[in-house]
Amino acid sequence: MSGVVTGKSPAGNPDGAKRGGTAPDMHFVQGNEACVRGAMYAGLNFFAGYPITPSTEIAEHLSDILPRNGGVFIQMEDEIASMCAVCGAALAGAKAMTATSGPGFSLKQEAIGYACMTEIPCVIVNVQRGGPSTGLPTKVAQGDVMQTRWGTHGDHSIVVLTASSVQDIFEITVEGFNISETYRTPVILLFDEVVGHMREKLVVPAPGEITLVDRLYTEVKAGVNYHPYLTREDGRLPVSDFGGVHRYNVTGLFHDIFGFPTENADQVNRLIYHLVDKIENRAHLLARWKEYHLDDAEHIILSYGASARSARHLAETRRGKGDRIGFLELQTLWPFPAALIREKTAHAKSVFVAEMNMGQIAAQVKQAVSKPDRVFLVNRMDGMLVTPSDIGAVMRTVEGRGF
Amino acid sequence: MAFRDYIRERFFPHIWCPGCGHGIVLNALLHTVEGLGLDRTSLCMVSGIGCSSRIAGYVDFHTMHTMHGRALACATGLKLARPSLNVFVPMGDGDATAIGGNHFIHACRRNIDLTAIVLNNRIYGMTGGQFSPLSGRDVLATTAPYRSIDEPFDIVKLALGAGATFVARTTAFHVREIGNLLKKAVLHKGISVLEVLVQCPTYFGRKNNQGGAVEMMELYRDNTAPLGSKKLEDNPSLIPRGVFREDTRPEYCEEYAKVVARAKE
Ligand SMILES: Cc1ncc(C[n+]2csc(CCOP(=O)(O)OP(=O)(O)O)c2C)c(N)n1
Ligand code: SF4
Repeated sequence: MSGVVTGKSPAGNPDGAKRGGTAPDMHFVQGNEACVRGAMYAGLNFFAGYPITPSTEIAEHLSDILPRNGGVFIQMEDEIASMCAVCGAALAGAKAMTATSGPGFSLKQEAIGYACMTEIPCVIVNVQRGGPSTGLPTKVAQGDVMQTRWGTHGDHSIVVLTASSVQDIFEITVEGFNISETYRTPVILLFDEVVGHMREKLVVPAPGEITLVDRLYTEVKAGVNYHPYLTREDGRLPVSDFGGVHRYNVTGLFHDIFGFPTENADQVNRLIYHLVDKIENRAHLLARWKEYHLDDAEHIILSYGASARSARHLAETRRGKGDRIGFLELQTLWPFPAALIREKTAHAKSVFVAEMNMGQIAAQVKQAVSKPDRVFLVNRMDGMLVTPSDIGAVMRTVEGRGF
Repeated sequence: MAFRDYIRERFFPHIWCPGCGHGIVLNALLHTVEGLGLDRTSLCMVSGIGCSSRIAGYVDFHTMHTMHGRALACATGLKLARPSLNVFVPMGDGDATAIGGNHFIHACRRNIDLTAIVLNNRIYGMTGGQFSPLSGRDVLATTAPYRSIDEPFDIVKLALGAGATFVARTTAFHVREIGNLLKKAVLHKGISVLEVLVQCPTYFGRKNNQGGAVEMMELYRDNTAPLGSKKLEDNPSLIPRGVFREDTRPEYCEEYAKVVARAKE
C-alpha cells in the first residue's frame, strides 16, 4: 500500500526479497501461527496454556515447536495455573508466554496483577472473541480493550499491542517480548478472531534482522548485597534468576528494595509511582502506529486490529475518489498514545473510530482530542467484522450526505 | 553451615502469634535443609497467601510469595523451567485444598518433583478464623457461628487419590518426626505431600475451647498414632501419622525431557 507511514516500527524488513540474494523465508499462515513464529523468533522458551477458541492454535503449534527447540510446553489445569506457571518460569529466566481468549483471559487477571507488581516479564496473548461470559466463541469482537487495561485490580500500568495483518502479528509479537524484557512488565498482545484465524503471506525476517532485547542481568557479584527492587531512572530493573547466586524475595505485597513486604507509606507510594511511571512516562516511546494520508485529511478513521482492515480499505477507496480521508491504525493501545492522537488529528474536521465494541477506544480518543464532539464511533458487536460500508454509512451521515 | 544461616534474620521478628504451629515447621525445615547439605543456589520456596505462606519470607532461599492457592501452579512453572532447583511449597489448608484445590490435585497427578507441605490448622488464620475445607463438622469459626456443617477433606487421601507418590502426615507436637519425614520428602523423586497438623491457638483453639498452644499440642500427642503402631490398632479412631505412600512413578520433568528428545529425533 502506497503512502503508508509506520510509526516506530520494529526494524524488521517486511520485504524479504531485498535480503542479499537468498530466497525470502515466506509462508502462508494464520495469524495465530504468525504469533507463534514471532514468539520463537523473539526467543520464547516456555509456554503454559489451556485450550480455548479462537486462540487454541497457538498452544497447538507451540506443543510441536517448543520441544523441538528444547523449550517447555505445558498444558495446565486452567488459565489461572497457566498464568502462574508463566510467572514461575520467568523468574527462573525463561522468556515465557501464555495465550487465551474470552473467559480464559478473565481467569488470568489475578496473576497478571502479580506479574505487574513483581515486575515479571511475560507475554499474554488474548485472541478476542465475543463476550461477556462464553459469549460468541468463534466470532470476532474487540470487547476486551478495557479489560486489558483494568482487568486486574488496583492501580497499575500495562502495555497492550495490536496488529491487523499476519505480517504485523509476527512483528508486534517480537516487539511485545522486547518491551516486556526492557521494562520487566507483562505485555498483552490483543488480537481478535479475524486476525488470529485469517491466512496471509508471512515473510519471516532473517535471524538478527529484528534486534532482540534480552533480560538485563545484575552486575552485583555473589556475596554482595543485591537489591532486586532498587529502581533506576531508566525504568529498568537488573534481575538475577532463581537458581543464580542472589537469593531474594518476590511478593505480590507492596515491598521494599529487598522484595520484602512493607506497609511503610513512603515505600508503598514510591513503588506504585514506579510501576505506573515506568510505563506511562514512556507512552511516546511505546507508541506504535501506522498512518495513511493524514497530512491533508479532513476526516480521519482511527482503528486497530481486524477493524483497521476495513477502515483502511474504505480510506483507500475514498482517497481514490479524491476525498481527503486519512487513516490511523493504533498498534499500541496502552499506554494510550493520547499525545500522538492529539497531534495527528489536530487539523481534521472529524475522527471516526472503528472498533468492535461499545466505544472503548473511542472514549479514550474523545478525551485526547481538543474537539471531542467531532469524534464518532463506528461499531459492530454482532460477531461480524465491521465492514467498509458500515464505516462509510456513518461517515456519510455525519457529513450530512445520507446513507 | 549452621541452620541459622538459612534464615533471613533481618526480617525477624516474624508475624506469627505466640504459640502458632507454623514456626515449628519452619524450624524443622531449616534443620532438614542444613542436614541434607543441599546446594544453596538450588533452594527455592514458593508459597501462596496465608499465615503459613509467610514462611517463604524468612528462609534465605530464592523465595516466591505468590497468590492465595496458586503456589503449586507457580512452582510447576519454576521447576519445569529449571528442573535442577529444589522447590519447597508450604501451604495453608485453605490455600492448598480450597482455592488451590485444583492446582493441588493436578500437581499430584503430574508427579512433578516438588516438596509440598500442607500446614493444616483447620482454619483460615490470616483472615481471622473462618472455617476451611479441613475444619470438619461442628467446628466453631467466625463464618460458622452455629457450627460448621461441611464435611472435611482428608489431605492424605486426597493426595493419594490424586496420584502423589510420597504422602505423609505428622503434627507440630512431633518435631523430630517432621524433620525425618521432610528429609524423605525432599529426597523423594516426584511430588511429595507432607501434611503437618499445626495449632492456631488464636482462632481455632480459642473458638473451639482447645486451650492454648500447649494444650493443642497435647491433643496432637494424644489423638494421633504412628501407622502400624499398637496404639493405632487399639484405637483406630486416632489420626494416623507416618508415610502412607512412597512409590516410584515417572517424574514430570524427566518425562518432559523425553518429549524433547522425541521431538528432536
Ligand atoms: C483470591 C483470594 N481470596 C481470598 C484471599 C483472602 N485470604 C488470605 S489468606 C486466606 C486463608 C488463609 O488460610 P489458610 O490457607 O488455611 O492459611 P493460614 O493463614 O491458616 O496459615 C484467605 C481466605 C486472598 N488473599 N486471595
Ligand atoms: S492466626 Fe493462627 S495461623 Fe495465623 S499466626 Fe496466629 S496462630 Fe498462626
